[in-house]
Amino acid sequence: MLDVRKDFPILQVPEAGKRLIYLDTAATAQRPNRVIEAICEYYKSDNANPHRGVYELGARATERTDSARHTVAQFVGADDEEIVFTQNTTESVNLVAYTWGMANINAGDDICVYVAEHHSNMVPWQRVAKRTGARVVYMYPDENGVLTEEEMRRKISRRTKIVCCAMVSNVLGIKIDEKALIERAHSVGAKVLLDCAQSIPHFRHDFHAIGCDFAVFSGHKLYGPMGIGVLYGRKALLDAMEPFLSGGDMIGIVTEDGATWAETPRKFEAGTRNVEGEVGLEAAIKYLDSLGWENIEAHERELVNYCLAGMKKLPHIEIYGNAPERYGVISFNVEDVHPHDVASILDADGVCVRAGHHCAEPLMRRLGIGRCSRASFGIYNTKEDVDVFLNSLGKIREFMGYGS
Amino acid sequence: MDLRSLYNQVITEKSRSNEHRHPVDDCTCSLEGVNPSCGDDITLQLRVKDGVIEDVGFMGAGCAISQASTALMIDILKGKTVAEAKELIDVFFGMIKGEIGEDDERLELLEDAAALKGIAHTPARVKCAVLAWHTMEEALDK
Ligand SMILES: Cc1ncc(COP(=O)(O)O)c(C=O)c1O
Ligand SMILES: [Zn+2]
Repeated sequence: MLDVRKDFPILQVPEAGKRLIYLDTAATAQRPNRVIEAICEYYKSDNANPHRGVYELGARATERTDSARHTVAQFVGADDEEIVFTQNTTESVNLVAYTWGMANINAGDDICVYVAEHHSNMVPWQRVAKRTGARVVYMYPDENGVLTEEEMRRKISRRTKIVCCAMVSNVLGIKIDEKALIERAHSVGAKVLLDCAQSIPHFRHDFHAIGCDFAVFSGHKLYGPMGIGVLYGRKALLDAMEPFLSGGDMIGIVTEDGATWAETPRKFEAGTRNVEGEVGLEAAIKYLDSLGWENIEAHERELVNYCLAGMKKLPHIEIYGNAPERYGVISFNVEDVHPHDVASILDADGVCVRAGHHCAEPLMRRLGIGRCSRASFGIYNTKEDVDVFLNSLGKIREFMGYGS
Repeated sequence: MDLRSLYNQVITEKSRSNEHRHPVDDCTCSLEGVNPSCGDDITLQLRVKDGVIEDVGFMGAGCAISQASTALMIDILKGKTVAEAKELIDVFFGMIKGEIGEDDERLELLEDAAALKGIAHTPARVKCAVLAWHTMEEALDK
C-alpha cells in the first residue's frame, strides 16, 4: 500500500489533537506539499501576466502556463492544443453546452444524459434543450446501478446529437462502459462528452484512445488547486466552435467593426488566467505520476474493498450500487438515521463524510432515497482510517437510541 | 464537542415521537418550511382562534435535530396566545445564538426545548434546529 499521508500537511496529527480521517476526497482532495510549494514558488519567482510582457519575466510566466498545458495533455493522451483551461468541470461543461451545443442542437434533436449525472453535467443541457427546443432523454441505471448497453441502445438514437455521461458517478462510484457508449453514439453520428471529474484521480485516461469528443475534469479533485479545470476537445471540434467568453487574450485582431479569434485553445481562454492553478495542477500530476498509477490503483482498490467488506458485516447499512469495480466512493444509509445525523456523529470521531443529495437529485429520486452519506477515498487514506470509520459507523444506531 | 450535548436523550426520543405528527382539523394556516442544506422539509398546520393557538400538528421528514425541534416547539406553543408564542420563539433564537447563557432563567420558559441548547456550539446544524421556529414565526405573522 502507498504511504503518502506524510506528504499532506493538513493530515498531520496536531499535538493532543485527533487524527483527521478525511473521507471526502470525492468532494475535494487534500493537497500535497509539492502542490502547495509549486504555487508559492510560482509567485516567488515567475509571476507576471503571461502572453503580454515582452520582458524576460513575462516569458517565464508564459513558459509556466505552456508547460502546464503540455503536462496535462501528456497526462490525458491529448495534444496540447486540445487542452483548454477553465475554472472547473462545471465551466467546462457550460463552455461546450453554450458554444457547441447552441450551434449544433436544434428543435427536434435529442440530448442524451445519464440520470446519474452531477447537476453540472445535467442542468446546462436542460437549459440548452429549453432554448433550442431539443429534448433531454435520460439513460437509467439498472437495479445494480449499472448503465447497460441495452439502455444505451434504447436511448441513443438517430435524433441524438450529444451524449453526456460521467465516466464514474460521484454517488455510485461505478464506471460506465465508455467503449460501448462511444461506439453506439458514433454509430448514430452523436458526439460524446465524458465527465471525468470522479474518474481522473483514480486511473489513467487516454482520451485519444478512448475516442470521446469532449472530456472535462477539475483540478481540485486531482490533488491540485481549486479554480482550475480542464476541457479536452477534439481539435477539429474546438476549431469549429465559437468562443465562450470574449475579451482580452483570446483575440487575433480587433478593429472597430469586430474581431478575429486567437488559435485553439486560446480563443477559449479570455482574460488573465489562473496561472497558479495551472502550475499547481501540473505539480499534482507530476506528483501522482511519481507515485505510479498502478500503485495508486492497487492502493485504492484494496482500501475500497476493505471498507466495503467491513460495511457489509454491519447490520442496518444499505449500500448503493453493486459492481465488481468501485472507484473511490461508497454511498450508503444507516437505517432510520438521517444522513446529516450520520455525518455529525462520525464527525465527532474525526471522520469527515459527505451527506446530502451529492448534487445528483434525479439519481437520488431514482434510487428512492432523498439523501445518503458518502465515504470517499484518496491516496492518503489508510486501513486505519477505515477502521476508525467502521467502528464509528457501527455505533450510530445505538447512539440514536435504536436497539442495535 | 461532546456529541451527547447535541444528541441527548430528549432529542433522540423526540425525534422519533409521532405525537404531533398529524394534520389539524379546521386549520387556519398551513405553512411549509424547507432547509435545503439538509433536506429537512416540514409542514406546520395550526388553528388559531381569538389569538390562541388551539392546535398545531406537522408533517414531513428530516434529520433528528429538525424533527425533535419541531416536536419540542409544538409541545410548548400549543395552547399559548400568539403573543406568548412570539416571546418564546425569541427566547429560543436567543438560546441558539448563544445570547442567552446556560444559567439564564429564561431557558426554563422553553421547558424541554432547552435540550437543544447544545446546537449553539454546532454551527453546521443551526438551520436544522431553527427551521420549525422560523416557520412558526412566519405562520403567526400571516
Ligand atoms: C461527477 C462530477 N461532475 C462534476 C462535478 C463538479 O465539479 P466542480 O464543482 O469542480 O465544477 C463533480 C463534483 O462534485 C462531480 O463529482
Ligand atoms: Zn437537518
